[in-house]
Amino acid sequence: MGNDLLATVNWSRAQFALTAMYHWIFVPLTLGLSFLIAFFESIYVKTGDESWKKLTKFWMTLFGVNFAIGVATGIIMEFQFGTNWSNYSWMVGDIFGAPLAVEGIFAFFLEATFFAVMFFGWQRASKGFHLFSTWMVAIGSNLSAVWILVANAWMQTPTAMAFNPDKARFEMQNFADIALSPNAVHKFTHTTSSAFLLASLFVMGISGLFLLQKRHQLMAQRSMVVAATLGLVASVFVAFNGDESAFHIAHRQPMKLAAMEGLYTGQEKAPVVALGLINLAKQPGDDLPAFHQEVKIPGVLSLLANRDFNSYVPGINDLVYGNPQRAIVGAQQRMVSGRIAVAELSRYKEAKKSGDAAGAAAALALFNQNKDDLGYGYLSSPEQAAPPVALTFYAFHIMIALGTLFPVIFLAVLWFAFKGTLDSQRWLWWVCFAGLFLGYVASQAGWVVAEVGRQPWAIQGLLPVGVASTNIAASSVQATFFIFLALFTALLIAEIGIMVKQIKIGPEA
Amino acid sequence: MIGNLDIAILQQLWWLIASVVGSLFLMLTFVQGGQTLIFTTAKNEEEKSLIINAMGRKWELTFTTLVLFGGALFAAFPLFYATSFGGAYWVWMLILFTFVMQAVSYEYRKKPNNVLGARTYEIFMFVNGSVGILLIGAAVGTFFTGSRFTLNLYNQVTWATPFHGLEAALNVFNLAFGLFLVFLSRALGAMYLVSHVDHEALVRQARKAAFINLVWALPFLLTVLYGLVTMDGFAVDPATGQVTLEQGKYLHNLLGMPAVLVLLLGGLVSVIYGVVATSFLGKKCGIWFGGLGTVLVGLAIFSLAGYGNTAFYPSLTDLQSSLTIYNASSSKFTLTVMSYVAIGVPFVLAYVAYVWRVMDSKQLSLAELAGEDSKKMY
Repeated sequence: MGNDLLATVNWSRAQFALTAMYHWIFVPLTLGLSFLIAFFESIYVKTGDESWKKLTKFWMTLFGVNFAIGVATGIIMEFQFGTNWSNYSWMVGDIFGAPLAVEGIFAFFLEATFFAVMFFGWQRASKGFHLFSTWMVAIGSNLSAVWILVANAWMQTPTAMAFNPDKARFEMQNFADIALSPNAVHKFTHTTSSAFLLASLFVMGISGLFLLQKRHQLMAQRSMVVAATLGLVASVFVAFNGDESAFHIAHRQPMKLAAMEGLYTGQEKAPVVALGLINLAKQPGDDLPAFHQEVKIPGVLSLLANRDFNSYVPGINDLVYGNPQRAIVGAQQRMVSGRIAVAELSRYKEAKKSGDAAGAAAALALFNQNKDDLGYGYLSSPEQAAPPVALTFYAFHIMIALGTLFPVIFLAVLWFAFKGTLDSQRWLWWVCFAGLFLGYVASQAGWVVAEVGRQPWAIQGLLPVGVASTNIAASSVQATFFIFLALFTALLIAEIGIMVKQIKIGPEA
Repeated sequence: MIGNLDIAILQQLWWLIASVVGSLFLMLTFVQGGQTLIFTTAKNEEEKSLIINAMGRKWELTFTTLVLFGGALFAAFPLFYATSFGGAYWVWMLILFTFVMQAVSYEYRKKPNNVLGARTYEIFMFVNGSVGILLIGAAVGTFFTGSRFTLNLYNQVTWATPFHGLEAALNVFNLAFGLFLVFLSRALGAMYLVSHVDHEALVRQARKAAFINLVWALPFLLTVLYGLVTMDGFAVDPATGQVTLEQGKYLHNLLGMPAVLVLLLGGLVSVIYGVVATSFLGKKCGIWFGGLGTVLVGLAIFSLAGYGNTAFYPSLTDLQSSLTIYNASSSKFTLTVMSYVAIGVPFVLAYVAYVWRVMDSKQLSLAELAGEDSKKMY
């Protein structure tokens, strides 16, 4: 790979990471808060109590401020597949484009159409239709998440497609298998329930702030209880489908699982690392220890991966170099057949072009024998098949630690609310306020695990990021990276400024 | 049922669907046009707020239609998505930046402590309505004037100019197309205001603005029409897929597909009638004629580019790299699946129309802006 191409790929990755992480600051709040607002408004419509309407409108204002920047950061997510990953767009567009189009037709319009009613329809639409619209925005937002997550799940665990050598692309074989793949289902439930969790923490954090400031105390306590209830239910879901996810990752992306736990050498009764300090000098294949310090719990990784304490979990070295005893074919060996696939595909295309039918048939036969390893043929060393371990490991452990803490906070709030003493737990209000920020940390960390942990692949095992990107000067991508950085940062500062002001004004306004 | 259709039929169907979505987007750019009227048609802060709030009820619809247009092209013509977005990188990026700016501007402009100040968000809106639309026009113009790129055996694009698409804006035809869209969207925005706002002075100014912008649009429209009937076009031999330059190709397309000619002329007449009805006949319904006319013109333009054995995304560097609706499309399976999905579109249109009616049954007035929800207004 030439230097400029490498730079282009890396800047494109940086830009994708930047825009995705910015986008993901706003989206989970949209997904979760939309439902909380729908709950609040439902209580208002059912009871006719104007104070619930006021409460609804307050959270709706924050929702609107957040929603706008979510839309602003979202449009680039769709189009940069084309602008920065054009080879990817061609090679898998036949599969990947469909969910994005479905998302546009069925989800975005629901959001966009009913959003106007939700914000400006209080006087123009009936009470019932207004409530209906609020629910439609909540459902529409979450439906938007379905389709992009289906697409993402397919990238992580490609299924239901075949390679067409004439077109040099993958083609869809079964839409239902893609939309309903186990990974798609887990990804959706895990992501949306984590978004509900984040939104619950957001509402509790601001309510905690109000209580600390002795403002809007009734509204704050009401909001807190509704949010803690949703948050607790969401926590259970997050944990449950997180566990399911790990099980699937173990079988479809074993390298990612190994990186998540810093496991270099496969073993039976594989441990999870409860606490660990990664040795940054460690590389696949060397003799250095993986950790400077660690606290391990034996067998738990085996349990997560295979539902069996004693089972074997492969490590990074096994997956890179292979392990014949365990019948693991490593990246090293797959690169050999991958290179044959790449070369034969090229020979096939040339033969077709020059009208050499026999040559084309011979090349195609060899290609077909090796095509499952096509992606490995583009790697320059087997070690490239391993993702950045430290980042994946730390992100995963931060997510897990926080994910364990959150339900404790929800339970505490509900417990004191049940006892009727929520209004005197000053320490808990502080915890809730801190929880607001921790929710964002956990949420971002989750995506870091998912996306860093699947490197170097754009499509797991089939297309490395280096082949997926657009052939464009690195300087162009660098320029757009910095424009996005400046623009999104300015808009984020504006968003926070407005949010803080609206929180200061409070629901009375 | 759909699965039994020939792939060529599906490709034509999806070009039609993409054209409809693209044309609806052009109609909905009345929002962008309206955004540019805040510095010319509005004479004071109140009128500016009325314009922004009138457009603010609809901006997301336009935005979403653009996103859907992108999604539909990705799903149905992924080679176009890959080639144009990856190749004409800077044009699309600049367009996207203006839409990023737009998306926050309505919500943030009037909110206290918005850091950048109301004026900045108004400028964002103006940039989106002017630069954004101009570049979209220039990009669509390249459907006829072509771009400098090659595709290799793996269909990977290499762009032959370092400007990555910005060169499109230097071509007279593309530029005229872009400016035509800018002034058309302004005329549409003005007509929309006339029908949706209850404010005597602003409506009077908007009636005038509709006509003035139509007049501004005319020279650019004529440039585009003259270009279309005289320029060489990119013809495809249906048997071999070979692309050749054909003199007067788009004129031949117009004459060979009389329905397209009818769409084009009917559309233009409808737009002109809408403006005349708004500006001189005192009518409020001009926007409907303007909007319908824009859709028809859009359909005609996309049909001219894609149908009649024409390459819709031609390459000037290597004619055989040009994209046609046949070589750029998804597989038959994907097009079939997507066609089933598209059956849901009328349902979507139905609820969009219903909500539009509920929300627009009453005109927007200053009283509403100052009413119970005044703090929530844009």
